[in-house]
Amino acid sequence: MYRYDEFDARFVAERVEQFRYQVERRLSGELTEDEFKPLRLLNGLYLQLHAYMLRIAVPYGTLSPKQLRMLAHIARKYDKGYGHFTTRQNIQFNWIKLVDVPDTLADLATVEMHAIQTSGNCIRNVTADHFAGAARDEIEDPRILAEIVRQWSSLHPEFTYLPRKFKIAVSGSEHDRAAVKFHDVGIEIIRNDKGETGYRVYAGGGMGRTPYIGHVVGDFVEKRDILAFLEAVMRVYNQSGRRDNIYKARIKILVNALGAEEMRRQVMREFDEIKAAGTLAVPSAELDNIARYFAPPAFEALGDNAPEYDAARASSAAFRAWSDTNLTPHRAPGYAIATISLKPIGGVPGDATHEQLDALADLLDEFGMGELRVSHEQNLVLPHVRKKDLPAIFAKLEALGLATPNAGLVTDIIACPGLDYCDLANARSIPIAQRISERFQDLARQHDIGELKIKISGCINACGHHHAGHIGVLGVDKKGVEYYQLQLGGSGAEDASIGEILGPAFGEHEIVDAVERVVDVYLEQRSGSERFLDTVRRLGIEPFKERAYAGWAFHI
Amino acid sequence: MTGTKLIKAGRFVEDAFVTLGDDDPQPANGTIVSLARFEKERDALVSRNAPLGVRLKSDESPERLGDDVNRLSVIVLEFPKFRDGRAFSWARMLRTRLGFKGEIRATGHFLYDQLAFMARVGIDAFEVPEGFAIAEFDRAMGEITNVYQPSADGRPTIRQLRADG
Repeated sequence: MYRYDEFDARFVAERVEQFRYQVERRLSGELTEDEFKPLRLLNGLYLQLHAYMLRIAVPYGTLSPKQLRMLAHIARKYDKGYGHFTTRQNIQFNWIKLVDVPDTLADLATVEMHAIQTSGNCIRNVTADHFAGAARDEIEDPRILAEIVRQWSSLHPEFTYLPRKFKIAVSGSEHDRAAVKFHDVGIEIIRNDKGETGYRVYAGGGMGRTPYIGHVVGDFVEKRDILAFLEAVMRVYNQSGRRDNIYKARIKILVNALGAEEMRRQVMREFDEIKAAGTLAVPSAELDNIARYFAPPAFEALGDNAPEYDAARASSAAFRAWSDTNLTPHRAPGYAIATISLKPIGGVPGDATHEQLDALADLLDEFGMGELRVSHEQNLVLPHVRKKDLPAIFAKLEALGLATPNAGLVTDIIACPGLDYCDLANARSIPIAQRISERFQDLARQHDIGELKIKISGCINACGHHHAGHIGVLGVDKKGVEYYQLQLGGSGAEDASIGEILGPAFGEHEIVDAVERVVDVYLEQRSGSERFLDTVRRLGIEPFKERAYAGWAFHI
Repeated sequence: MTGTKLIKAGRFVEDAFVTLGDDDPQPANGTIVSLARFEKERDALVSRNAPLGVRLKSDESPERLGDDVNRLSVIVLEFPKFRDGRAFSWARMLRTRLGFKGEIRATGHFLYDQLAFMARVGIDAFEVPEGFAIAEFDRAMGEITNVYQPSADGRPTIRQLRADG
């Protein structure tokens, strides 16, 4: 993984002191809350319903054992003993005191971590495929570019007071696990006819109240030109993005107002000039330097068959169930990618306790694994596991309550913090996720249903990505009562689509039944090995709608 | 403007310019006019034998000045509120695309915390509140020693410093 050199270390340390001074000025009253707010957001600090929340960057989702232990320490010392992993591969602490924040950041800096640009109207921390460096279908490790973009965007003098936040994601595989088409800018590493790798750049995707799938603005941007290209996109956006209405300020609104062609024209005008100046060119030596940090570990020469693994599958139904859902083929023979579900039945999606974080650090050390990943689906990933170690690892995870066998299944639900924490929310998300999870807890039934991504947001800002859920649930407020809208047919993968709203919202006590009825329609109507999403696409939403609202008149 | 003083090249200086309203008569010395007045009275203004400045609102691109940009001694960029970051791009564009060598002055509502960014994109004069101390300005410039990305200030980036080893 990336390691700071003296320059990175000094930069982060100075940023901590800069923020300490901002906090001092706020506490002394020199800064008004109105002035302090954008400053604290630029460093990931929110004021929530009950307390400050600190969002810490986990660059492209990679964590070392030392960093995990530091997160555990922060959970214990400054919070209530747990943290919450988010849909942008970050971790949030929900009970932080303002006066403690500078010290928390100083602690983080000792393990090369920070909260820089995890919020605010700036270029946010860059996300990438959580299977980077391990996936079989990978063209190139996306973290190399993500790190280059991180450096370029850190305290960018021109783009720190943008019209609105700006999120960039990078995918290096054919299968898109980073939801690049739903980002302000999404970058896909591709190979051209000559076998060279370069970047396809999408702009103007996003969720929120006006969901859009990004348009291609760069068909094949050469590697050395990528920062010039990104700077061009940013400059067009900073000049012309709307600033009169917060709900129309994202780049997606600009791209759709201009049209993709005009957007491309404006970007190319800036790009040609920036490229000609040459100062932003990324030399191949730089790419090579950064790539060295992400070189995969030296894989042992193992056969793909591991008797220990086969024996455990034969003897343990629990291990079999877990290995059926939570393992993904690895590029190296004898290795696997293991997903650690943070979605225990009835639990809070994405939460991890300090004991679990410490124990995971120990687990990494014990099995000689250098890193853990955070996925945008609010799970954790062991990217390089020897298959022969899996039974022992599974046993340890089981003891920690981290062996729920549901990756990609109906109970692997994404949910935003919702009204339990967030002052923007209209409705609670977490309890709905918990009730759905309990309803579908039967493992045989979950496996029968197969891949089904449920995503829940507590308000229109869509932090729970409901637009991209195979089933999306959106909390709305009607005269102080929480209601939930159902959407079907969304996808955040390479076949990106926006879910279609089924109809009027359901009450808190109706929504779980409605989800179940929708799933029943799928089970009855699916054809062959079709996924839920495929069935919705084939049939359209009508049959689902009919069943979901069966007896509806009775309710009103 | 009352209640402010001007920092240039890192120290307080006397403002050599008078900012005119759109209907104020032209005095003989240096003046700063709005873009609207400049566009209306362009010929008369550029033929005067006195330094001239134009003040741009945050939604007015300096490209609207066309080739006249390098006839100007000062371009004033307005920050209507500190969250409006368009002027960062206008300054950068003035220094790089348009090759403007004169004074770029920031006026309006901006924070101590933005001064270093402003200097990086090419702003070299700052209208600050009366009570502002020069020590604060120096502090703002020194908070972050090295930078990751090139900008209009020409500072070496961290990548270049690494290569120089």
